[in-house]
Order: sequence, then C-alpha cells, then structure tokens
Amino acid sequence: MTTTLPRQPFHVVIVGGGGTGGALAHDLVLRGFRVTLVERGEVTSGTTGRHHGLLHSGARYAVKDRESAVECIEEREILRRVCPGTFEENDGLFVAITDEDVAYEPIFVESCLASGIPARRVSREEAFRLEPNLNPDLKMAVQVPDATMDAMRMPLRFFASAKAGGAIIRPWTLVTELLVTDHLVSGIRVRDLTNGVEEEIRADLVVNATGPWAEQVAVMAGCDVPIRPSPGVLLAVRGRWCNMVINRLHPSGDGDIVVPQRDLSVVGTSSWVVEDPDDLGVPEDHVERMYAEGAMMIPAIRTAVRRAAWSAARPLIGSKDAESGRELSRTFKCFDHRETDGVEGFVTISGGKGTTLRAMAETTADVICRKMAVEAPCRTREVVTLPHAAYYAA
Amino acid sequence: MIETVTDSRTTRVVVSRRKEGDDPGVLRYDTFDVAVGARTTILDALVAIRRELDPTLTFRHSCFHASCGTCGMRVNGREGLACVTPVPAGDEVTVEPLGNLPVVSDLVVDMDVFFDDFDDAGRPLIRSCEKIPGAEKAAGIDELQRFEDCIECGICLSACPVAGSDPRYVGPAALAAAWRVVEEPRGLATGPVVRLMDDEQAAWRCHLAWECSEACPSGVDPAAAIMRLRRSAVGARARRLFSFGGNR
Repeated sequence: MTTTLPRQPFHVVIVGGGGTGGALAHDLVLRGFRVTLVERGEVTSGTTGRHHGLLHSGARYAVKDRESAVECIEEREILRRVCPGTFEENDGLFVAITDEDVAYEPIFVESCLASGIPARRVSREEAFRLEPNLNPDLKMAVQVPDATMDAMRMPLRFFASAKAGGAIIRPWTLVTELLVTDHLVSGIRVRDLTNGVEEEIRADLVVNATGPWAEQVAVMAGCDVPIRPSPGVLLAVRGRWCNMVINRLHPSGDGDIVVPQRDLSVVGTSSWVVEDPDDLGVPEDHVERMYAEGAMMIPAIRTAVRRAAWSAARPLIGSKDAESGRELSRTFKCFDHRETDGVEGFVTISGGKGTTLRAMAETTADVICRKMAVEAPCRTREVVTLPHAAYYAA
Repeated sequence: MIETVTDSRTTRVVVSRRKEGDDPGVLRYDTFDVAVGARTTILDALVAIRRELDPTLTFRHSCFHASCGTCGMRVNGREGLACVTPVPAGDEVTVEPLGNLPVVSDLVVDMDVFFDDFDDAGRPLIRSCEKIPGAEKAAGIDELQRFEDCIECGICLSACPVAGSDPRYVGPAALAAAWRVVEEPRGLATGPVVRLMDDEQAAWRCHLAWECSEACPSGVDPAAAIMRLRRSAVGARARRLFSFGGNR
C-alpha cells in the first residue's frame, strides 16, 4: 500500500455512533489513521437502528431519484460481499393493487433497468404463489433484488472491524464543546456519562457524523448544515406475513412497504419535518395509516397484533422550506467547512441511508485524505467485515 | 410531541444509578416524575427523562421494536425489553439493569461476558425460513432465509436462577444457540458444539426452572433447546461408546 502518512498518524475524531460513523471509523483505520469515535448513547441508537431493515435495491428511488437508485444497487452488491451472512436475501415484490398502480409499472420497470436494477414482471398468479397473503385484488407485481438487514447488526460489523483495527469506540460519551480557535477546530470536549469525568480529546480533524443532529453539532463550531430532520412512523406487527420485501407499486408515499423481520412484519413509513430530532412523538393517526396502507398490500396486517410503533428521524439534506420531506433526495453529501464556513479541521457527513453507509464513509474519508494530503486508497469495498458479535469481544 | 394524549398521567420512575466499581451492596436510585399515556413504553419514559430531566442517564437502546435486543432491563423486578414494555399502571415503577451481568453504568450492563459464552456456540445469524403455507421461492432464490429468533438481549441469562448462583454456568442463550447449530448445521460441524455443551457447567447445569423460556421476548424457548441438547449429548456419547466398543 502506498501511503505518505507521517510516522505519527493523524488523529480523526468522529462525533456520532450511527452506521455512518462506524463505517467511517472502519475506513479510516484501514487507511492508517488513528480514530476515536464518540456517541452520547449506545451505538446505532439514533436513526440507524430504527429503520425498517430494508437493504435497498434502489427500485424505490429509480423513477424520481436516479442518483440514489444507482448508489443503492451498487452498495447492495458491495455489502453482500463485505458483510456475508447478514441479509435475508429473499428479493422483493412491488405489488400493483389498483389500475393506477398498473399504469405506473412501465416507467417503474424502465427506470429500474436504466439504473442497473434487475426488475422482472410477475403475473398475478405467480405473485400469489410467492406470497399467498397478498391482497386478492392484486393485479400484477415486479420482482426486484431487495433484501432485509438487521438494522443494528449490519452496522455493528463495521464497528467491530474498526475496533479490531485499533479505533477507540466510546459510547455514552457526550460532546459538550467543539474546541475552536481562530476558525480552526482542534478537538472536542466530552463528558464520560458512565463516570462523570470531563476531558478534552485533541484531533487533527473532527467529523460530524450525527445524522439528523448534524445541524446542532455544526452550530457548536459556528457552522451551518442544511439538514432537515424528517421523521417517519414505523409499525411492527406480530407475524411474518411475507418472506419477500413487499412494496406498493406507485410513487413513494405513506405506508408503502412491508419488511419481514424474524417473526414480525414492519410497515413503514410516514414523513414530516421537525426542528429537534430528539422530540419526535408517535402520532397515533400515522400508526393508523400504517395499518390501513399495509393492509392494502397484505390484508392480514389490518388485524395483526401491534408489537411496537416508533419514529425515526431521517437526516435529509434540503432547504428550510421543505414541508414533508418526500420532495428531498435520499442521497448524501460531505461538507468541508473550510469551503462552506471558513472553518478548518471540521467536516460534516449527512443525508443518505442505511444501505449507503459504506459509500458515505468512503466519500468522507476521501475528503479527509485530500485535506490532509494523505495518499491511501479506500479498501472497504473488498475487506470483509468481522461478525457483529466481535464488537463485544473484550 | 404531536400525539394528543387524552389519558395522560404522571408516574414516578425510579431508576438504578449504580456505576461500575460501586460497592455491590450499596444501591443507588434516582426518581423522576414523567408524564405518560396509555402507549408510553419504559423506553419512551427513559428517552423523555434523558431529554428533559437528566442528560447523563445511560441506557442501551436501538431499534424500538424488539428486534435489536439492546434494551433488556428489569421493570418492577421482571425482565423485559423496555421498548415493548408499557409503563405499568400505578404511581411508581422501578427500572433496574439486567441481573447476572456486570453493571457498567445505570441501566447499561457489560455484554462482553454474555457474548463470550455465546461465541462458543458459533451460531450463524441467518437461518433457513420455514415457509408460509403454500409459498414458493422467487426466481433466482435458492432458499428462503430469515434471521435467527434470538436477539442476544441477555434477558434469559438475567432470569435464570442457576446463572444467579453460579457465574460459571454458560447460560440459556448460549445453549439455545448451540442447539440451533445442531438442529441446522449450515455447514458447521455439530460434534464439537455438542461436546462443548455436554458439560456440568453447560447443558447439565440447568435446573428446569423454565424462567428463560418464560422471559424470552423473541420466542426462542431456551429450556426446550437445553433438553434437546441433552438428548443429543447422550446420543453422541452412546455412539462414541458403540463405535469404540463393538464396531471395530
């Protein structure tokens, strides 16, 4: 490996222990950096762990958000390679229930294929053979390579690998201050919540990987990030009502997906925007909509026993004018605050989704290498990550 | 909160605040008054406490729907996942960390100990999926798959009376994982797993209290798995005796 890393490697501090932070720690360790990651709670406790567990084929975005669709199908293949044995690979069906849904099929299939996503038309009869619990009104369906992940255990593989590579992962560590002098971020001040000890952690560079909290953290350095925390409600009911991921074949909307997970079925999701990602609530009318829309695809969901209903905040990049969050792209962006705010030593990564955590890390690590004039290629496309349980190895 | 709570009440939440290294004989609790509704879970209450009353409160959580297994704790003395345990009726509820694992901070326990035993069982995360009646596989799919039921929460270990009296016992979760390897090897050798679990501190240590299966939030039934593992162990011993004694 060619590298111009100095004998004392650069120290990067990552704020935020979601999937992005974990994947970035793994990436940077492989490139020879010293890494410390801090997270105020348990790792994956913000947005990462709360999603429905879809490993996106990208089909959901193919028609209106081509960039995200292509990202997803590429990352899907890479993640299957570097996280073997981590996905329920049963594919997915986009199901057409109404005539309107059927009318959406040509542009959907065409857009999938144009994005490099395999999409196969499935007759009504075949769809019922694959998934007997589908709505009897079903007209036809499209098979795509969706899969299911464990929303915590997949990212945990990256944390485990980073830790084994020497990264220091510190959950229950609250950032109280960013150390800024003369437009330069030189570290963070933290409080270890397990023992109350406060300390400064010096860094050559600080990365803000706090997802929907990115604006709150950026403000601590006098910087701005155009993040819209956009929560959605998810509903888990008892019973595994499908083996494949079931999506409604129409433009993305509320309650358009059912993801099987162990012996549960997860219905998602709604979308609105909030100011504070810590204050979401679970609007009961949104839960009702999940039941109603989920039952449009699988009628048994209507009467299935509720296991849990919760909210998760997406970290969408967009203007303050966004109203529902649906109009915003699911792609991600890395902000070098020297360029956006004139502040050196500080980078924010946000946007994106669980499926693209590795790509977000690669992009961010590329920016960091460029900033620090380090020549070290990304290796996370090839290096197989450790099993999730290795994270707990003492 | 957008939710309109018509049945809102205030509950006193009593939370254990012990830290690693504290004298195990000394108990420390803090109390917080929290507004709760009919749907408020223990996890919702803890998140509200952290946001509004005490940002230093530490607890584990991730998925909010009984899938990740991080929020196992004891509520009024009974093990459960905080994310699917409603705040019980009454004026007060006590929340404590899982038992039989070392406390790190407040409601956080050290899971390394749990995974040490678990890893010995070597169970893969993905299993073959029992079919929905009538369901066929889609084109290109070799075998329907799903995640193992066990979510590695540590609740069975906390509920186990034997683990409480003897930390050498490998515990119900590891034994249930071992049984899954025997039941569905997925290319792994079952002999070493059976031999590892055929031990006085493993399959033979269980006293049949069935507390583990009672407490499991994910339908694993470790007690039944332990009984099956015993039968496998006896069978394996018999086969070894037979092959050494008469069959050569």
